[in-house]
Amino acid sequence: MSWVTTCSVPAKEVTVSQYKVVHYINQFFGQIGGEEMADYPAEKRPGPIGPGLAFTQALGEDAAITATIVCGDSWFNENLELARQTVLDMVREEAPDLFIAGPAFNAGRYGVACGSIADAVQSELGIPAVTGMYVENPGADMFREKVYTIATGDNAAGMRRVVPAMASLGLKLVRGEDIGASVEEGYLPNGIRKNFFDQKRGSLRAIEMLLNKLKDKPFVTEYPMPVYDRVEAGPAIKDLSRATIAIVTSGGIVPKGNPDRIESSSATRYGSYHIAGVDDLTSDKYETAHGGYDPVYANQDADRVVPVDVLRQYEKEGKIGKLHDWFYSTVGNGTSVANSKRFAVEIAEKLLAQGVDAVIMTST
Amino acid sequence: MVKEIERAGLPVVHLCTVTPISLTVGANRIVPTVAIPYPLGKPDLEPKEEYELRRRLIDKALDALTAEVTEQTLFE
Repeated sequence: MSWVTTCSVPAKEVTVSQYKVVHYINQFFGQIGGEEMADYPAEKRPGPIGPGLAFTQALGEDAAITATIVCGDSWFNENLELARQTVLDMVREEAPDLFIAGPAFNAGRYGVACGSIADAVQSELGIPAVTGMYVENPGADMFREKVYTIATGDNAAGMRRVVPAMASLGLKLVRGEDIGASVEEGYLPNGIRKNFFDQKRGSLRAIEMLLNKLKDKPFVTEYPMPVYDRVEAGPAIKDLSRATIAIVTSGGIVPKGNPDRIESSSATRYGSYHIAGVDDLTSDKYETAHGGYDPVYANQDADRVVPVDVLRQYEKEGKIGKLHDWFYSTVGNGTSVANSKRFAVEIAEKLLAQGVDAVIMTST
Repeated sequence: MVKEIERAGLPVVHLCTVTPISLTVGANRIVPTVAIPYPLGKPDLEPKEEYELRRRLIDKALDALTAEVTEQTLFE
């Protein structure tokens, strides 16, 4: 992440004709701290902070950020209802014309926070809202149909490009102007179709598309098919006392020293670790490689993420047949969907070959 | 990851704190946990109590694995 600035500009004086904007950011962009401050409860501060300075420029003379709400990502996600209410109250006090959240890029918890609060501000306070996220951010899937979500890259390096798009869309919303199609405005498709007259009629466009397809040239469909990717639940375990159970985690638990050098974010690999004969994951032998959450607790006792101690005990008591001799681990922090899929396909193949019956998957 | 493992035919129970994300990605058996940095623990408890808490969460996970589910289910 490169978006850290310590300079400050005086908050613009709000003139009567200006639209008031409230901006929501997390503890990192609020310059309160990194992951160790993710439990920071929501706090309202006057004027723009961090990326708010770029928004101030992009909004121009017509609008000004009068307050910034800074909130820790973990605090928001672990207290969804309370957080929503707290932040809503802060926004209500300011009575802004527009609410901007993020952009959150590929930060999952931040994206979920931005989406939930922007959705709440719109539906409960009737104030238009805009946010920004990477298409793979879980918050994007959850809220793109409810809140205009400008498409961003997967990291904050894209801030310069995203801020003007969010500001421009936000101003259009406030002014009640027509919002163009997602391809024009740069937001993630929200399921709403816009009708317009094209210069070429449909039959011509279809033939052109077909010709391009036949020539292996690029073409863009005008009607993408929805992807419903649901997987049916695996069959229930009939007899636990005969079942072999494996632990898989995206919480980054590894033997101390991280022998496979799994990256702390955007992981490109996973590890498999032998735990036959291990009764307890102790701090002298195990730690987490995961960035993006405070590692103190997992480093103190990795059973908090990979519960070997309880499952080993259950194995001894005969409650489960066997705790699988290997656990599989990667880091789920900003890791691409493509990589996660590949890891899981490989892991599943190994688990099946090793005679595992069921999986306990833990995520941080 | 949950989905791809399940696609291979293995039942999976997902233990996580931010359950809306789990629902979005398509986990079928979900057990809500304690907190993001310590899903199966609680550092301010005595070690014995903390173990007990973890044991209860694993009990729920094992219950989930023995339950037939036809749609996404939260085991709270």
